Amino acid sequence: MQKTDKTVREPLVHITKRPDMPLFPALLIRLCAILLALIICALIIFWLTGLNPLAVYKAMFEGSFSSTRKIWNFLQNTAMLLCIALAVTPAFRMRFWNLGAEGQVLVGGLASAAVMFYVRDSWPSWLLILVMLISALAAGIVWAGVPALFKANFGTNETLFTLMMNYVAIQLVTFFIAVWVPTGSGVLGVLNQQSQNGWLPAVFNQRYGLNVLIVGILTVVMFIYLRYSKHGYEISVVGESENTARYIGVNVKGVIIRTVVLSGAVAGLAGFLLMAGAAHTVTAELAGGNGFTAVLVSWLAKFNPLTMILTSMLIVFLQKGSGEIAQAFRLSSNISEIMTGIILFFIIGCEFFIRYRINFRKKAEEEK
Amino acid sequence: MKKLLAALLAVIMVLSLTACGGNNDTTKAPEADTTKAAEDTTKAPEPDTTKAAEVTTEAPAADYSKIKIGFIFLHDPASSTYDNNFYQAALEVQKELGLSDDQVIFEWNVPEGPACYETAADMADKGCNIVVADSFGHESYIIQAAQEFPDVQFCHATGTKSRTQNLPNFHNAFASIYEGRFLAGVVAGLKLNEMIESGKIKAEEAKIGYIGAFPYAEVVSGYTSFFLGARSVCPTAFMEVTYTNSWFNIALEKEGALTLINDGCVLISQHADSEGAPKACEENGVPNVAYNVSTINLGPTTALISSKINWAPYYKLAINAVANGESFDTDWCGTIATGSVELTELNEAAAAPGTAEKLAEVKAQIEAGTLKVFDTSTWTLNGEHLTEYLADVIDNGDYVPETNVIVDGAFVESGEQFRSAPYFDIMIDGITEYGK
Repeated sequence: MQKTDKTVREPLVHITKRPDMPLFPALLIRLCAILLALIICALIIFWLTGLNPLAVYKAMFEGSFSSTRKIWNFLQNTAMLLCIALAVTPAFRMRFWNLGAEGQVLVGGLASAAVMFYVRDSWPSWLLILVMLISALAAGIVWAGVPALFKANFGTNETLFTLMMNYVAIQLVTFFIAVWVPTGSGVLGVLNQQSQNGWLPAVFNQRYGLNVLIVGILTVVMFIYLRYSKHGYEISVVGESENTARYIGVNVKGVIIRTVVLSGAVAGLAGFLLMAGAAHTVTAELAGGNGFTAVLVSWLAKFNPLTMILTSMLIVFLQKGSGEIAQAFRLSSNISEIMTGIILFFIIGCEFFIRYRINFRKKAEEEK
Repeated sequence: MKKLLAALLAVIMVLSLTACGGNNDTTKAPEADTTKAAEDTTKAPEPDTTKAAEVTTEAPAADYSKIKIGFIFLHDPASSTYDNNFYQAALEVQKELGLSDDQVIFEWNVPEGPACYETAADMADKGCNIVVADSFGHESYIIQAAQEFPDVQFCHATGTKSRTQNLPNFHNAFASIYEGRFLAGVVAGLKLNEMIESGKIKAEEAKIGYIGAFPYAEVVSGYTSFFLGARSVCPTAFMEVTYTNSWFNIALEKEGALTLINDGCVLISQHADSEGAPKACEENGVPNVAYNVSTINLGPTTALISSKINWAPYYKLAINAVANGESFDTDWCGTIATGSVELTELNEAAAAPGTAEKLAEVKAQIEAGTLKVFDTSTWTLNGEHLTEYLADVIDNGDYVPETNVIVDGAFVESGEQFRSAPYFDIMIDGITEYGK
């Protein structure tokens, strides 16, 4: 009496991997995602605060672009985030999950600050800057190199190792500030504020000009290095399969260490630029969480340095915009964080629809 | 494509549902009636003439229409009591002077780095003629902005550098909060006496615990004056201090309170910005004296009282000066007399009987100048009464103490001839550091 045929019931929805989507529809999906995110945000803003969403979006835009100062500030923040993203990218392409950029940037900044703190005005500016740069690079290399050595020699987990190194770096900064500042205030303050000795010089008449220029050049160099150099190819092969790499005669251990050293050096450079080109001091918040945000920037851009320009701009635009919204409408910072969260959710979420196809159960099959 | 859209829409619907479930309050600025304020501005930005009239009774008629004042906060006042104290004063002054929302702008979560300079400069770009920053580490960056905008007045709370900068538009401000702390200490001492009399503790167990942020003069001065206040009524009191090395860390402050309670402290006070310690005290039934805000809501049975700096008088001073085109002090210290040092409501449910009367008596003595908080006859260092002490009053970055601050038998804290920001950094006898 009962039906006993063993037809496998197809679920209502199932997911299959797409072949690579052509560029145009992929862009369209991303655009839709941003639009939808903005619409949802508008609804939420209106529902929670009764404000006009268009006015809110205007404030968001003004956060980055309403004055020359804001534009340069936007460029500086983008450049710094991009620089840190460039630091993690070579390691990521090798599937070495370096989550220690925050700490590597911090020790870079700390090393530069240490040089400036002890030298003060007794060296000429160019020499001071040079020594600060070298010590920042060295510090970044050491901070990234230790986990790399352990990974290459003992197979330790680099994710946890690099993550832990962040906290060591934060404590180290706190420690040195306590040593350097006998009043116990925990604030080092701007170094060489009067003489500006060891501060990066202004370029294009802009104090952040040099930072932006250096990171711009670095981005192109990194793109070429990863895409067209032998090293870049080795990185990709090791990332795909260590065994294949070994088979074709790549020195896997060497490549891991070399690449992570590069990662650390670029992170150290970011610390140097932050310290000598902007903050002129060191605090535990020098990197300000960008060491982690950079992971997002790099991933969103699929580890492509040129695309990372766009993703870092997007993130900084959201950060600046949400701050401006909070100021313009006297909202607490939470509302802007909610907005940023929603927008990022959609942007990351749409990647799913680009990579996978959602199949609904076909009617024709049901009728059978 | 249709299916794709359908799927997207489904995601959106789910999302919007969860979003609707969110708590309304979290998105609003703390305790500020933003909707009301917004309504006010939409109505009309006309100055409130009735309120302006009130002000004229104390100051010459000032035109506030050209005033624009920007506030820079280290943290979000929603969670940080320190920042909230500045924020509430700003709202109060805005209301009292009838300023519109466009004339008073706020920026939260401004770190002690170049972002502080950028924020200050941006506020100046937006037409602010006064910019106020609330955190010690903002100072260098505010100076940087002050150098760039000579026509804008930059005010910095707790800072130390205005006397060495020679910038007429860079101002430090603080208050003689040690007097408030001393009074709060009297409340604590009376509570200890009550505990001794009721047999809850023995006289030699009157141990106070104190959670400080940094081993910095502002903190040391605070706990020493608090301790001297307590000991002035409870002679057997002694104190143990622990530091969190952070101005704001809920977990560490709570942990600090618990550590001290476990170490035998029967009363706790703190100089750190979160609610961590008052809450831990309430959970353990230990009396607590707080700072900046009343914590009676957090500890209905344990919160005794709080001392606080009321920033409103200083804001009004700065605004009136700018409105009248006058200059004002580059280093200003408020007192009880200026209304800058206050005590919050005394929690009668937790405090010892008779506290209010004693408090009024001691306050009158301080105001009359007959009682000096740091009277050198009331405390010793290594068993000796000091007759001279060099403090690092002149902050030129060398950290070298150069100024004798003991005058007429008392350590002159925040003295007019010296500096508004505290420089009392002596670990006096009777106070020890936890773990040392």
